[in-house]
Amino acid sequence: MITLETKNLVKKFDGVHAVNHLSLSFEQCKITSVIGPNGSGKSTFINTLTGLHEIDGGSVFIGKHADITSIKPHEIGAYGMTRTFQEVRLFEQVTVLDNILVVLTERGVWGSLFENHTQYHLDQAEAVLKRVGLWEKRNELATGLSYGQRKLLEIARAISMPAEIFFFDEPFAGLFPEMIKVVVSVMQELRTKGKTVLLVEHNMDLIRQLSDYVFVLDSGKLLAEGTPDKVLSEKAVVEAYLGE
Amino acid sequence: MEYVIHLLILIGIYGILGLSLNLVVGFTGLLSVTHAAFYGIGAYATAILLTTSGMNFFLAMFLGAIICGVLSLLIGLVLSKFKDDYYALGSFGFNIIVFSIFLNWQSLTRGPLGIPGIARPSIFGYSLSDNMPFLILTAVVLGLVYLLCRAITNSSFGRVLKAIREDEQAIQTFGYNTIYFKLTIFVIGAVLASLAGSLFASYITFIDPSTFTLNESIFILAIIILGGLANNRGAVLGAVVLILLPEVLRFVGFPSDIAAQMRQVIYGLILVLLMLYRPQGLLGEYKL
Repeated sequence: MITLETKNLVKKFDGVHAVNHLSLSFEQCKITSVIGPNGSGKSTFINTLTGLHEIDGGSVFIGKHADITSIKPHEIGAYGMTRTFQEVRLFEQVTVLDNILVVLTERGVWGSLFENHTQYHLDQAEAVLKRVGLWEKRNELATGLSYGQRKLLEIARAISMPAEIFFFDEPFAGLFPEMIKVVVSVMQELRTKGKTVLLVEHNMDLIRQLSDYVFVLDSGKLLAEGTPDKVLSEKAVVEAYLGE
Repeated sequence: MEYVIHLLILIGIYGILGLSLNLVVGFTGLLSVTHAAFYGIGAYATAILLTTSGMNFFLAMFLGAIICGVLSLLIGLVLSKFKDDYYALGSFGFNIIVFSIFLNWQSLTRGPLGIPGIARPSIFGYSLSDNMPFLILTAVVLGLVYLLCRAITNSSFGRVLKAIREDEQAIQTFGYNTIYFKLTIFVIGAVLASLAGSLFASYITFIDPSTFTLNESIFILAIIILGGLANNRGAVLGAVVLILLPEVLRFVGFPSDIAAQMRQVIYGLILVLLMLYRPQGLLGEYKL
């Protein structure tokens, strides 16, 4: 079932198309990858869907009816979406535990003023931090973590959200093999739970291993789409993406 | 003894100012240099109400806090359009505007003549005209403000403030409409600063615009940077150090003809050294 759909989506920077009339759809229970060379518009595509960039044309739908074309960043959670960023964006001078708790607790001003985390929140944070192997680091500041640990914390923060649609922007970049295994299992678990996963990634082995469907972008346009094996063997993709 | 009590009262007033500004700058990362304006609004509101209507000090303090809250909401709404350096410059502008109003709206504030004869508080008919009972009142208000700040910063709300400070856009993507959080803490900070203003006006019994200049905002900012950003105890410690340091230097035996200048030089030098070797402040948890 299609959960997220774009129609003729356009995003321009100084007149240059970063996203050029993209009509893509993303299905539940599937990991759909968006790949392409650097500058092909992958991250811009995610940023427009999550309200970080204003959309210059086209529309975005969740489900069949919810038009989220003019969505603001703070509204994406209400539509069941969450994300990571291409460059890790943690709450640096805040503890690892608080990086997770802030996602779990009350969203309103007044509610949050009179609430601190509960044992329920702590249990949830413990579970997700143990999932990525960072529970022992819970009282350290995020800024003190290694690059790989920071990536894992950002992924843990995203999966702490009660979301249905997950955007992962290059989650494997800079990770050690053991860390990659953790993230792969996280994504597979999300798929098993019926979530919609949009993955932007450069590692073709991981794309083959994880993806159910692949969109290839080049200069903001859709170059190819299909199953990983089909797409990655297309001559146009190999030429544009791999430079071969 | 009166001298010590005087210093302790000043430490209490500046402790309240430090605690309140720390909510905005240290915890939320909004570099506001308009705090003296809210301090002044509280002082002027209390002074005008006490001298014109003769109402009870605590009622005047309460009304001053409401007036300051409303004005800070309006100022905060304008400032919410700005970020980072532009936010600091915008807040800088508001301090100058409010100072100009204190100076030039003579029918209300008496301009540079100031407002004399401000009554000391009285509780159940007992006037706090002596400094010792006034010190106790100041300490009680400081204690309540400290407890309130601690409750706020230990709550989920406080955790969101820190996240806004670190990456506002990132925390927005987790469902937080950050403008409401920033406005709320800005107003809370301003209201608490107005309490310090009320205490100051009633303590000195005279106010004029010269107390509420941009320099005063920078001094309050120095208190929290020195004491430690995002640390409530640090804000109070900063007030202790910055109020006492010039007084301690009085007792260093400089030749009388250069004593005042030397005190200023050493005072400045100590601040520079502290920032060089302890940039997060004495008890700080966060670096600007």
